[in-house]
Amino acid sequence: MSGDGHLLPIASNADVVAVRRQVRALAVDVGLSLVDQTKVVTAASELARNALVYAGGGRASIEIVENGVRKGLRLSFIDEGPGIPDLALALTDGWTTGSGLGLGLGGSRRLVDEFDLISAPGKGTTVTVTKWAR
Amino acid sequence: MERVPILKLGDILIISIQVDLEDQSVLALQEDLADKVVSTGARGVIIDITAVEIVDSFIGRMLATIAATSRMLDAETVVVGMRPAVAITLVELGLSLGGVRTALNLEKGVALLDHTRSAPR
Repeated sequence: MSGDGHLLPIASNADVVAVRRQVRALAVDVGLSLVDQTKVVTAASELARNALVYAGGGRASIEIVENGVRKGLRLSFIDEGPGIPDLALALTDGWTTGSGLGLGLGGSRRLVDEFDLISAPGKGTTVTVTKWAR
Repeated sequence: MERVPILKLGDILIISIQVDLEDQSVLALQEDLADKVVSTGARGVIIDITAVEIVDSFIGRMLATIAATSRMLDAETVVVGMRPAVAITLVELGLSLGGVRTALNLEKGVALLDHTRSAPR
């Protein structure tokens, strides 16, 4: 199911740029269309920034996945931050505890095919998203 | 940190974003541009994003903030050169950039500003 994994730190704004670049390169490798590349890189940017802003940093895991003949890209954003007390609320467009637009989580979910959010107060947050080549 | 150059052509300021910008560079650009609008008395601002591969909510907010700030300083902003994939992604993300004027390329952006300024105010 899983291919080569890439683990990247998210500790600075420069790291967010590095995550975008790596996701872009692998999205091209798995054959995502230009629009799907753009969507998955945008989602990665939102989620990497979330880890930096709300948890003070974390890490990104990027892997190529296969499902029969289809290839895809699976990204996990893992932090040990304060966690999210109310997941439904956090996914609501426009709701934020920070200074952003509140589009990061909900928006990212719309840009990918699969979206999984695991979090609890004090336990950190892991967001895993998958984008499949068509 | 990268600093984006701001070019002046007549009474228009032109910014062409050529690299993947860190958030800090984006914030610096907003401040540099507001200063430059005032110091030059520019009446128009063109932001060229032809080379920009993704616009996430942070960059999107930057575009909206620059447009709103410039308007307060008596300059109109036009964003030019947005890639089709970027437009599709932005709408799906939930950012329609309602307050930001766009044109397909630099030439049309300049024409739009000229037209706006020659209209009766």
